[in-house]
Amino acid sequence: MSQSAVRMTGIVKRFPGVVANDGVDLEIRAGEVHALLGENGAGKSTLSNILTGLYRPDEGTVEVDGEQRVFSSPRDALEAGIGMVHQHFRLVATFTVAENVVLGESGGSLFMNQDEVATRVRELSDRYGLAVDPSARIWQLSVGEQQRVEILKVLYRGAKVLILDEPTAVLTPIEARSLFATLRAMADEGRSVIFISHKLGEVMSVSDRVTVLRGGRTVGTVNTSETSTRGLASMMVGRSVEFERVVRDNPADTSVTVLRVDEISANDDRGRASLHDISLTVGKGEIVGVAGVAGNGQRELAEVISGMRASTSGRISVGDELVKSGKARSAIARGIAHVPEDRLHTGLAASHSVEDNLALKNYRTSTISKFRLLKRRAIREQATALVERYDVKTPNTTTPVRLLSGGNVQKVLLAREFSALPKVLIAASPTRGLDVGAIEAVRERLVAAANEGVGVLLISEDLDEIMSLADRILVMYEGRILDDVPAEGADRERIGLTMGGSNVQEVAK
Amino acid sequence: MNSNIFVIIISSAIFYGTPLFYAALGGILTERSGVLNLGVEGTMLIGGVSGAWACLHIGGSAWFTVTMSILVGALAGGLVSTLLAFLCITLKTNQTVAGLAITIFAGAVGLSSYFANIWKVAKTPVPRPIRTMDVFGLADTPVLGPILFRQTSLTYVSWLLAIVATVYLFRTRVGLQLRAVGESPQTADAMGISVIRYRYIHTILGGALAGIGGVFYSLAIVPTWVDGMTKGAGWIAIALVIFGFWRPSLTLLGAYLFGALQSLSSTLKARGVDISGDILDALPFIMTIVVLVLVSSRFAHRRLGAPAALGVPYEREER
Repeated sequence: MSQSAVRMTGIVKRFPGVVANDGVDLEIRAGEVHALLGENGAGKSTLSNILTGLYRPDEGTVEVDGEQRVFSSPRDALEAGIGMVHQHFRLVATFTVAENVVLGESGGSLFMNQDEVATRVRELSDRYGLAVDPSARIWQLSVGEQQRVEILKVLYRGAKVLILDEPTAVLTPIEARSLFATLRAMADEGRSVIFISHKLGEVMSVSDRVTVLRGGRTVGTVNTSETSTRGLASMMVGRSVEFERVVRDNPADTSVTVLRVDEISANDDRGRASLHDISLTVGKGEIVGVAGVAGNGQRELAEVISGMRASTSGRISVGDELVKSGKARSAIARGIAHVPEDRLHTGLAASHSVEDNLALKNYRTSTISKFRLLKRRAIREQATALVERYDVKTPNTTTPVRLLSGGNVQKVLLAREFSALPKVLIAASPTRGLDVGAIEAVRERLVAAANEGVGVLLISEDLDEIMSLADRILVMYEGRILDDVPAEGADRERIGLTMGGSNVQEVAK
Repeated sequence: MNSNIFVIIISSAIFYGTPLFYAALGGILTERSGVLNLGVEGTMLIGGVSGAWACLHIGGSAWFTVTMSILVGALAGGLVSTLLAFLCITLKTNQTVAGLAITIFAGAVGLSSYFANIWKVAKTPVPRPIRTMDVFGLADTPVLGPILFRQTSLTYVSWLLAIVATVYLFRTRVGLQLRAVGESPQTADAMGISVIRYRYIHTILGGALAGIGGVFYSLAIVPTWVDGMTKGAGWIAIALVIFGFWRPSLTLLGAYLFGALQSLSSTLKARGVDISGDILDALPFIMTIVVLVLVSSRFAHRRLGAPAALGVPYEREER
């Protein structure tokens, strides 16, 4: 049996009001890819932050190569050979690749020798297939390349144990595949890779062993070859979860178009064209999924339709009524509801109470305001009813929204948007960052809305979600819609390739 | 030839620009670490009054007294900014508020005036002022003499510091790490760089340089302690940091430009040129406003290379 590179025993970490790790055990062998699987909030990030010295555990021990260690800073962990590739990259955008790589290196000469560093970086990138130009500046690189820099950084520091936190979240399927090859190459050399994820498919394809966390505790460690997606899923959530296509009580009626987008173009925040002549329709009760890697114009599309961003050309209409470009109030008046991807900043006023947030959309109506003054009691009654109907778990309706969990925050947002009885719903990444239970609840709401005849535009990076909910799938890439296919029997491979920019004709060959 | 008005303006621009540059160079180091120091004005005044006190009380040769006075001024400036560092870095208070508080607390009608009172330094000319030197006996060389060879020791040191600081920031590992702390403290921390230590050191160092700038006022420009004698130089220095894109070399040029504006009224008046002195005195501040408006437009901010984490306290445990 191979020796264990890292052994964490009985780890406990408490934060005010939460026990993030409640007696976690983890054992990593040299030369393996070890997946750390769990829902959001299961304690994966906390555990890895303890292993990299960012947090100190309240209880428990960490052993590296059989020796007990106490890390009081990331430097200690790095010196012990443990390096972390963060989900949100820790890179200095204005520095070059080489400068980022040598950052924090102790010792060495007073002055930096850029050429020497570049040579060493090149050696490493050749060895592991991590192609990147050492003299390029970070802001010039794609997200996939930036991730390679993150990996090079820890390799350069001689890490024997690499922790990757949700590394594929930002990658195209093709980039992800090349990352997996790199991870395998590193494991074959005797390094250990800890792969944190909540995507079962990836875990199955890349790891040797899997440790599953749930609610801050270790559920168990299994050999990947001896388990299945279904088996891992039930370990992860404590019950079995279905991943099949949703069956609709009331199918879409595409003969009636509720939302029509005609050749819309728009700019992003920096004033660069990010949408190019986008046209799409959503039928009555239809769920149209927009697939794509983040940053290909999805956010701009959602904002243009909901009136938060002006278009530079083109028209948007609901039924036969035009929506005024860049006028959110016009969009609301036409019956467009919007669940933005950043729910706590764009969707809700985070430090306001649940009841005030629920009143934000209909505060102009006579039911809750009179002579421009708010009727507090009516607002509270409305909130109490909505909290009940949408099953929002909150101490009371005056609790600030920011204190609720992610799933409940999303329920508040959905409750508000649906209570306006919309004709169209724009939902941008509505389940991102939620735990499995909340994801199910949100998806049920979307399907229920569609059953009632609401046209839903579901923008999501989660292909599984789109495949299981949508009637039709659009694929966005660099501000254009490259593909439009029925979801029933859609070819994942083809969608994945289109998301990465390969055009449809090429795929067909 | 050396009484040519342009020669006089340039040589006095360098003279008046010197304290601005010291304070601005301090600002560069502080801001590069991600800390915004709006307490420069107050720090300069404390440095100035402490320098004047030292000059009145420390005996010995002229060189010794002046050097000690400068060091005392630097030490005082460093102490004041240690307070700022504690507020901004350890207590994580709002940096704008903390800086303004320091300036009000230490500034013109605050601590610096109080010290001047109890130390009885006000209106007493310092016995050993910082004088201009005659370097290599070249001070009377046509044109270049007054500009390059008849300046104060502190001016020559500042030229050296400009080079040292440029090399430090852009060529050394420590400088790279300092810039990383100001750009992305999360990155620096993850790479094992102590964000707290870097910020403390450079905030204190910046305050010490501002203190030296203050000493230049009380020992060279007037050279007597007068309450509130920096008259807003600290604010100009803060604008200069931005004006110089957080780079020592450009900031040096900017300091001399503002130095020229500051000296213009006395130079022109001495020449009998008939221009309102009030307008001339206001010029540096009008320029400051213009520069700040221009460079704080959204476009400029993205292009100029302001440290991305400037003014943001760093917290590791986000829960």
